[in-house]
Amino acid sequence: MRLTVNGTEHDVDVEADMPLLWVLRDELNITGPKYGCGIAQCGACTVHVDGFAVRSCQLAIGDLAGAEVTTIEGLGQPGNLDVVQQAWVEHQVAQCGYCQSGQIMQAADLLASNPEPTDDDIDAVMGGNLCRCGTYPRIRAAVHTAAAKLRGA
Amino acid sequence: MSRLGKIARRSFLIGSAAVAGGVAFGVYAARQPFDNPNLADLPEGTASFNPWVIVDSEKVTLIATHGDKGQGIFSAQAALIAEELDIDLDQVEVSFGAPDRAYYNTKITEAAAGFPMYDMSPTAERVRGFMGGIVKLALPMMATGGSSGIPDVYDKLRQAGATARETLKLAASQQSGVPVDQLTTAHGAVILPNGTEIAYTDLAGLAATIEPVTDVALRDSKDWTIVGKPQKRVDIEAKSTGTLTYGIDVRQEGMLFATVKVNPRQGGAMNSYDASVAEGMPGVQKIVKITGGVGVIADNTWRAIQAANAIEFDWGEAPYPAEQDQHWEVLSNIFDDDHLNAEARVEGDVDAAEGEKVVGEYRSPYLAHAPLEPLNATILVTDERVDIWTGHQIQMFVEDTVAAITGHDSANVHLHNHFMGGSFGHRLEFDFVRQAAEIANQMRGTPVQMTYSREEDFAHDFPRHITMGRGVAKHQNGQVTSLDVQIAGQSVMRSQVGRMGLSLPGPDTQLHEGAWDAPMFNLPNLRVRSYLTEELAPVSSWRAVGAGPNIFIYETLLDEAIHAAGADPLEERIRLMGHDVSVGVLEAVGDMCSWNGANIGENRGRGVAYGFSFGVAVAVVVEVTNTDAGIKLDHVWIAADVGKVIDPTNLENLAQGGVVFGLGHAINCEITYADGMAQQSNYHAHEGMRIWQCPPIEFRALEANPAIRGFGEPPVPPSPPALGNAIFAATGQRIREMPFNKHINFV
Repeated sequence: MRLTVNGTEHDVDVEADMPLLWVLRDELNITGPKYGCGIAQCGACTVHVDGFAVRSCQLAIGDLAGAEVTTIEGLGQPGNLDVVQQAWVEHQVAQCGYCQSGQIMQAADLLASNPEPTDDDIDAVMGGNLCRCGTYPRIRAAVHTAAAKLRGA
Repeated sequence: MSRLGKIARRSFLIGSAAVAGGVAFGVYAARQPFDNPNLADLPEGTASFNPWVIVDSEKVTLIATHGDKGQGIFSAQAALIAEELDIDLDQVEVSFGAPDRAYYNTKITEAAAGFPMYDMSPTAERVRGFMGGIVKLALPMMATGGSSGIPDVYDKLRQAGATARETLKLAASQQSGVPVDQLTTAHGAVILPNGTEIAYTDLAGLAATIEPVTDVALRDSKDWTIVGKPQKRVDIEAKSTGTLTYGIDVRQEGMLFATVKVNPRQGGAMNSYDASVAEGMPGVQKIVKITGGVGVIADNTWRAIQAANAIEFDWGEAPYPAEQDQHWEVLSNIFDDDHLNAEARVEGDVDAAEGEKVVGEYRSPYLAHAPLEPLNATILVTDERVDIWTGHQIQMFVEDTVAAITGHDSANVHLHNHFMGGSFGHRLEFDFVRQAAEIANQMRGTPVQMTYSREEDFAHDFPRHITMGRGVAKHQNGQVTSLDVQIAGQSVMRSQVGRMGLSLPGPDTQLHEGAWDAPMFNLPNLRVRSYLTEELAPVSSWRAVGAGPNIFIYETLLDEAIHAAGADPLEERIRLMGHDVSVGVLEAVGDMCSWNGANIGENRGRGVAYGFSFGVAVAVVVEVTNTDAGIKLDHVWIAADVGKVIDPTNLENLAQGGVVFGLGHAINCEITYADGMAQQSNYHAHEGMRIWQCPPIEFRALEANPAIRGFGEPPVPPSPPALGNAIFAATGQRIREMPFNKHINFV
């Protein structure tokens, strides 16, 4: 089947029940999305499918024919950062950094639908993204900063 | 009369590091430096002045050998070198380098020297120096752990930068004819009096021919331009763009993917297995026997995991009690002289002390490390050499471990260390490396990446040890007069280094760490005893090791006594302390939260706790509200003194993260055993803190500590008792067992 990832079309020949995460990581070598739990408990695998944040470990590739997938790599690159990534750098959010691909993709989705989220909004939407290092206070601050930038404030 | 010295004499080599033998070698020989490993195959025109700095015509490379599991030591090492080298962090390339004895950790044995870490007396320092010498000679150990990274590199990396700078100046002097004392340096260049700049890279060829300058005075901290200031971590952009390569992201030409299934009863045998279904599943290349289980090799990790789940196993029994209740039963029965590990601290006479008694029993559960990046290692074995790509905290031991499996000389086994997606101690272990090596050795010529499924990661964790504490406190006339603390557990260190083939004779200081060395000098009667049983479930160092459970035990008991005495929890702690650095952090945290007592209104409360671990005094105040839905965390304040702040931004991040880590586990995490197996298999059952539970966390750093200390672990231990103490203030309910959600609901 054909799958578009970060604007590039790929031919993928795998069984229909393989989760998107493993197609990305082990078939296409797109390693920004991370494996953390495999059961949608940690959010490290979060990517955008047709513009919405999803847990790629729970999405069978067979259900994604024609879908547009965006991973953290497609959001922005070093030297050409997306606004959310800029805020993550500015607030020095990452410790080990392993969850941050998923955190950033989830935050980008939040900001696309809610330009001025409160702390409660952030907590509600980001609650499924686990950070073992405990960077939550900085994640909140970075989301507010990114929101302000996106609003042109 | 204090008996602190007793431990030092009895258990000289015991504690937080794997040190076996070597005392007889003496300290003199140990002072000989190791060769600079970079000189072994240095290309023409490239200069390396010491093991940490390499300059060629293209770039300046800084070698940062300490493992980075999120604590930021990679960037901090670069900053310390760059500070003296006069180069900006965005002008250098930073590398983990190749493991070598030259990078041995001089400080990891400090806690094993048998002196409390606040004791900076000449005797204590001499013994610590001697311990460093032993490590260098007997077991030159590259290791990252015990919050020893910054103490290890603080002087030597600035020295590395300074000697490199002065050697480059010497080269510039030879090239330009200008005397060295008229040259300055900045931004990666030597500057001549006329303003001409010569880039370090342009001096590499000449500098390579010069004997490096070795004796350079270090700059005063007031002249620093990088260290001590907020820095942009060198890994921050990569970590914010998904472009950082963790071990699990390594991709090699022709690589296959594997996973393992090993007896979930830790250390038990595999009696038999049936892989007939798994062998025919998509992508499966081979299923091989490994120690205690099997490895499944496929062309994709998910396919390997699917196939592994389709194998039927007959597992042997666990070599420890099968049920959790039995583990607690064992501990409850060892509070006697036969099991005495150490009478670690005796001040005054707790039995004769007058006052009303407060008695409590405390429990701290098994806990999983569960770093978000599941353990993994990629290994290529050929007849000539072995290459290993993984993230590990004890680098050279990885090479030796794999060499023993593949039969290669260790010199031909090469670890390429990687950033770690967390560790919390799990990446001090070697099982996953051994398993990957056993698989790769049966697949010679093909690189194989072995990844644990999250379920395997939980099943094969070596968790934090369970601890049971018993305490008797006394109070009189509104003051705490006596604390008698007994701690029962197993030896984490013996369990851990036993798996490395090492042994640790004598008592284990980690069993009373954090309690025996609490600097409550104004408490007239204090006794800390620890009791040791044989290994229960195999356990390992978990962020803060013994200090975690022990500080929970004594800070909860102390709080009970303070409340019973009718004293103020913060004021009474300050009165008891009599240790300036510790008083400093307690006063600071009181100032930050405008402390005005523990009771701050109906259903609201504040708790304070103090912890001294890895030489760092930390004070935490937690504020909670008892709502209809349960306990809500409103605010946390934390003050700590690490001696010198390397990067205030990163230090704050570590403080906040340490609080989240400590509180999250205290609220809802435990590993329990049933039928010999851990009952918790994934994050739904061992969750930690979520963002919606996380309160604002304010941090203040102090710099009165006379020693330079690391901060990866110290914020963790005092956070749980501060929360428990706050819950008491808000509800009147005293919780003496973690996780707290067994006793009270949380929002």
